[in-house]
Amino acid sequence: MKLLIVDDSSIMRRAIEKYLSGLNLEICGSASNGSEALELFRKHNPDVVTMDITMPQMDGLTSLEQMKKIRPEVKVIIISALSDQATGLKALKLGASAFIPKPFTETQIVEELKRVLGLKT
Amino acid sequence: MTENELRYFIDTVTQYFKQITGIGAEIGLPFIKNQDTVVMDYTGLIGISGPKRGGLYFTASRSMLTVLTQLYLGLDSPQESDLMDMAGEISNTIAGNAQIYFGPDYQISVPILIDGKPNDISMKLKPPIFVIPIKWNGHQSYLVVGME
Repeated sequence: MKLLIVDDSSIMRRAIEKYLSGLNLEICGSASNGSEALELFRKHNPDVVTMDITMPQMDGLTSLEQMKKIRPEVKVIIISALSDQATGLKALKLGASAFIPKPFTETQIVEELKRVLGLKT
Repeated sequence: MTENELRYFIDTVTQYFKQITGIGAEIGLPFIKNQDTVVMDYTGLIGISGPKRGGLYFTASRSMLTVLTQLYLGLDSPQESDLMDMAGEISNTIAGNAQIYFGPDYQISVPILIDGKPNDISMKLKPPIFVIPIKWNGHQSYLVVGME
C-alpha cells in the first residue's frame, strides 16, 4: 500500500515516516502544503494519506475535499493540532477516515493506521 | 487574557513535553513583559484570529532544541533548519490545542520561523503580553502569549 505524508513541518513528516516504518507501507511522497499534496496524489495514487490542516498555500481540509472528489476510496487521516470537536467533525464530514490530534504518540498513529487500513493488530 | 486562559496554556505546555519526550517541564512564575523582548536562539511565532486576536511564540536555546530533536526523531546531528522547524512545530501544537478551549472559530496561522533576535517579534502579539518560563531537562525556554 502506498502512503503520502502531508505536513508543513519537516520534523513532523519524518516523525510520521519513522513511526509508520514497521507497517511495510511504501512512502510514495511527502508534501509541505495541500496544493503540492494534490499534485503528488494525482501522480502516485496513494492508498492512504496523512494530512495536516494548517499549511501555507492550501490547507489540509481543502486538499482532503479535492482528493475525495478525485478518488473517493482514498483513506485520509487528519493529523492536526487544531483539535476542537467541531474541527474533527468537519474533517469527518469531508470524508476523513480518522482524526489524530497533535501531539500524538507512536502507538496512537500506528493503531489508527492499522484500524483504517484493516491491518491485523 | 484571563487567569484561566493563562492556566490553560501552562497545562498544555506541561502535557506537550511529557508526551513527546517522557520528561516533564517545570513552569516558572509567569510575568508580564514590558519593554524588553524575550527571545532566544530559535523562535516559532503563530498569529491567532477569531474570538481571540493576537499571537504567541515559543522561543528556546539551540541546545534545548537539539536535544529535543534528537529525542523526537533519533537524529544524531540535527541541522539548523531542523531546530527552527522544531520551534515552529511546538508553537503550532500549543497554539492549535487551545482551539478546544476557545472554540472552533479560533484559528491559527502557519508558524513564522525566526533565527536570532528580530526587533518586531512582538508586533503580532496584543498586550498584555504574558511570558511563561519553561525549564525542560535543564534547558530554559519561554512561551510568550499576547491576545486581546
